[in-house]
Amino acid sequence: MTFLTRLTGGVPARSLWCLGGLLMLLLVAPALLGKYGLSVLILVLYFAFVGQAWNIMMGFAGQLSLGHALYAGVGGYIAAGLFFHYGIGPWAGVFVAVAAAVAAGSIVGYLGFRFSLAGVYFALLTIAFSEFTRIAFDHWGWVGGSGGLFLKVDSTSDILNLRGGPLLFYYVILALAAGTFILCRALLESRLGRYWLAIREDPEAAQAVGVPVLRCKMIAIMISAGLTALAGVWNAFYYNNLFPETAFAMGRSIEFTLAPIIGGLGTLFGPIVGAVVLTGLGEIFTDLSEVFHISGLKQIFYGLALLVIVMYRPAGVWPWIADRFGFGEKQK
Amino acid sequence: MTADFLLSLAQAITKGLLTGMVYGLMALGLSVIFGVMRVVNFAHGEIMVVGMYLAWMGFEYLQVSPMLSLPVIALIFFGAGYALQRVVISPFIGRPEHQQFLLLLAIAILLVNACLVVAGPDSRGVQMESQFDSYELGPFVFDAVRAHAALTAVVIAGLLWLFFTRTRTGKSIRAAADNNLGALVVGLDVRRLYAFTFGVGAACVGAAGALMITIIPVTPFLAAEYTLLAFVIVIVGGLGSMTGALAGGLLIGVSEAVAGLLLQPSLKSMVSFGILILVLLLRPQGLFGKSST
Amino acid sequence: MTGRKTFTRRRLGQSALAGAALLGAPLPLREAFAQGAPANLKVGLLLPTSGLQAQIGQACRRGADVANDVFADMKLPVKLEIVNYDTETKPDVARTQAEKAIDAGCHILVGAFDSGQTIAIAQVCEQRGVPLVVNIAAAPQITEQGYKFVVRNFPTAPMLITGALSLHKEIFKISGKTPKTAVLMSVNDTFGTAMINGIKALFPKLDMPYELVDTISYDVAAKDLSVEVAKAKATKAELLLPVSRLNDAKLLVQEMVKQRWEPMGVLNPGAPGLYEQDFLKTMGKYGEYMISNVPWLDPKSAMTQALEKRHAAKFPNDQLDLNGGFTFEGVLIAAQAWLAAKSTKPGDLMEALRKIKIDQHVMVGGPIQFDSKGQNVNIKATAVENLKRKPTVVLPLESAAAPLVFPMPPWNDKRRT
Repeated sequence: MTFLTRLTGGVPARSLWCLGGLLMLLLVAPALLGKYGLSVLILVLYFAFVGQAWNIMMGFAGQLSLGHALYAGVGGYIAAGLFFHYGIGPWAGVFVAVAAAVAAGSIVGYLGFRFSLAGVYFALLTIAFSEFTRIAFDHWGWVGGSGGLFLKVDSTSDILNLRGGPLLFYYVILALAAGTFILCRALLESRLGRYWLAIREDPEAAQAVGVPVLRCKMIAIMISAGLTALAGVWNAFYYNNLFPETAFAMGRSIEFTLAPIIGGLGTLFGPIVGAVVLTGLGEIFTDLSEVFHISGLKQIFYGLALLVIVMYRPAGVWPWIADRFGFGEKQK
Repeated sequence: MTADFLLSLAQAITKGLLTGMVYGLMALGLSVIFGVMRVVNFAHGEIMVVGMYLAWMGFEYLQVSPMLSLPVIALIFFGAGYALQRVVISPFIGRPEHQQFLLLLAIAILLVNACLVVAGPDSRGVQMESQFDSYELGPFVFDAVRAHAALTAVVIAGLLWLFFTRTRTGKSIRAAADNNLGALVVGLDVRRLYAFTFGVGAACVGAAGALMITIIPVTPFLAAEYTLLAFVIVIVGGLGSMTGALAGGLLIGVSEAVAGLLLQPSLKSMVSFGILILVLLLRPQGLFGKSST
Repeated sequence: MTGRKTFTRRRLGQSALAGAALLGAPLPLREAFAQGAPANLKVGLLLPTSGLQAQIGQACRRGADVANDVFADMKLPVKLEIVNYDTETKPDVARTQAEKAIDAGCHILVGAFDSGQTIAIAQVCEQRGVPLVVNIAAAPQITEQGYKFVVRNFPTAPMLITGALSLHKEIFKISGKTPKTAVLMSVNDTFGTAMINGIKALFPKLDMPYELVDTISYDVAAKDLSVEVAKAKATKAELLLPVSRLNDAKLLVQEMVKQRWEPMGVLNPGAPGLYEQDFLKTMGKYGEYMISNVPWLDPKSAMTQALEKRHAAKFPNDQLDLNGGFTFEGVLIAAQAWLAAKSTKPGDLMEALRKIKIDQHVMVGGPIQFDSKGQNVNIKATAVENLKRKPTVVLPLESAAAPLVFPMPPWNDKRRT
């Protein structure tokens, strides 16, 4: 039980109760929501999950990546390709997919960190790798090139091959999101987590006091890339088609970053709150703009909302909520 | 055969240089803003697209050639950039990069979709006879619009250089860029200088937009491509360096053209990203950048 | 309906009773009762009206916007409730919007121009048992997946190509000029790749009179095609087959004029670009005489004439092209399925779709009918030539509105004005 107490140490009881309540609610949510509501909730969990994965790099270790679509794309493509060509199901294929994404992450990370690129320069390196890969996949026949890779869709449910309806995908993404949440908490409470925070706050000082900076950063990008690849695999089997144009798009990388930044960088709840806020706002604005029949109006609302949030809550929405409602962890 | 090949290579390089000059002008604004304020303008391509639309509207509704509306657009953009910096961006100077990134991303989303709502989704272009013209010089064929655009870009870059080296404001901006604290100590109004810089940067991009519309039609959603291209160019040339931005533009223009000739053309932007990765790793300050401390 | 009749108290009581009974009735009964009412087939129209594909998405929507008026003109006894949804050019949005449309009570969905988004919607339709009429999307996979609730009224890439290449032979026969070589230039995106692969696979089987000397593919966001055109010109091919989008089509023709490349003809084997309004406007005289082998509106059909009239009245600044035409037909198919099924139940509608045969429609080709895979195989390719700034059907002859001009006159020819 020491592991559990370590995980929950310092967290106010009301927060734990709320968390448990939330999980229960999510478990029964499909019964309460319509199909449309469920599909929105799936998106929320998906963005919360990828956001959490991205947050490990940026929020914990302070490395700004704007190319995470690379890992999701590589992961999704490999699992889908194995299934498509050799009938290897995703539960096995996912290991290859994650391994490939971790390898890709290691290359990007090693080059970036070895040559001490930081901030915008590192971000551009990640974009460059992602775009580079996109064009490479455009020309790679095994994955269908820019024509796309299509998985066969049948309405039979086959959990062994991750084939089935939205309900199956809902529980898979819920499990992934919840598992990653716990993993992140454990990481933050570990020595590695404290090293990361030290690196984030001041890399040179961290180096000076003996933190193995390069190794810690490498672990961060590998974990982050591996988790993002999981999201990519899930995404590939949920949508059943992949195109380099969308799988590796810079727009997708940017989408991944929004939830944690809006929610609160470096916090556990940030990505979740951010995903709820962004997806929720998106749906509300869709409804609002339908009244006017002007295409693009929704995105204007959306842009304004982002602007307002970043101007008035630059540290994110969650820290503010936590303060208001006393969910915050006691300062240690 | 070899003579033929050399000729087509020379042709490709010429074309690359002409296109690269306009790329360079586009990237110049980004570089100026970063060099002075250390703010990375993620809405750069979007601002240029707005410039393209303004030039198109001038052509479509007022029958003014983009070359003539260019100074007006530059002026409007200077004002708008000045105001934008003063009102929205100013509080973000010195803030963490991800906050600046999100701010400019929000601005980018607003600009692109405002274009969609106002001008519609259709591809908009200007029709000019010169788009079908070319100059012949011996075996060389020069593209008329690109030649005009490149010449104009050279003139604008020259004006900018004069501004930064010959005028009081320009010199003060450079002083503030080199040493922010020092500038404050000697009593420069840094906030005003920053706004001025953003104005100058925006004016550059607006001018580039007016030139660009003569070369390629505009749709709202091409903006992100331009942002990325501008980034590639300034990083290759050296973020914050004016010469670097122009040289980076030329280099990318030429490398794209040559790659298009030697490889399958659809692979040519891969070459640009390859160059970007190499430069980032081997010379992160860029080919013309000053090595930072 | 009953507004004119005088209500007696007894009748009022009866109808109130009936109403109450109806409200209390189980769902199937209520649906069964609703069948009688003529104005409540709810059609969910899903299109990318914002984002990267906004231009085509909005062109599609215009075709559906005038559908009810055209039905009225054609004395078709239907009026549909068409609800618009924007997919934002993203598959994930397409998916949630499809769920939303079905939750909102749409009985049938129409959409969604792009293959990726269409597949996302098709999965929702399969799971929920609601029919999807695909207006435009060329990926062959859509009708190869065994979907039970999807029909497609658009040719697949191989169909487009087969149709186009056989028309090429007809063009050569009529004009008496046959080129020996051709070069293929293609945008390297989903559609472009599908077309290139299709052309390469089908070319040997179709016994074409010319030889393909090279394939040049370029990036979809190309800002400059000078090198590409120079390469194509260097092949000395007599025929150019472009698979383009809009912006690159403009760059392509500008470069051809600048580099003074004058092939015998420019024959588009099924792509957008060359017939689009904005292309014709910006290219002016240089856009003339290019031929697109695409499905097109049949100028001889009375319904097309009604559609053109309504479209021109409502959208005077926009040209009606195949996007609007096929989307209109998508809505027409929904309407006819409803008329045949006499029910709004998705299962009945789907049953009707499988057996449907629509003789009176707008695109060139035989009656709209779906094979066992849900594919309409009666769509015919046409040759649409840009004449007097308007895409004009020149082949097949029975639908032709003007005679074919081939080879293409040189750039400085007097016929170009």
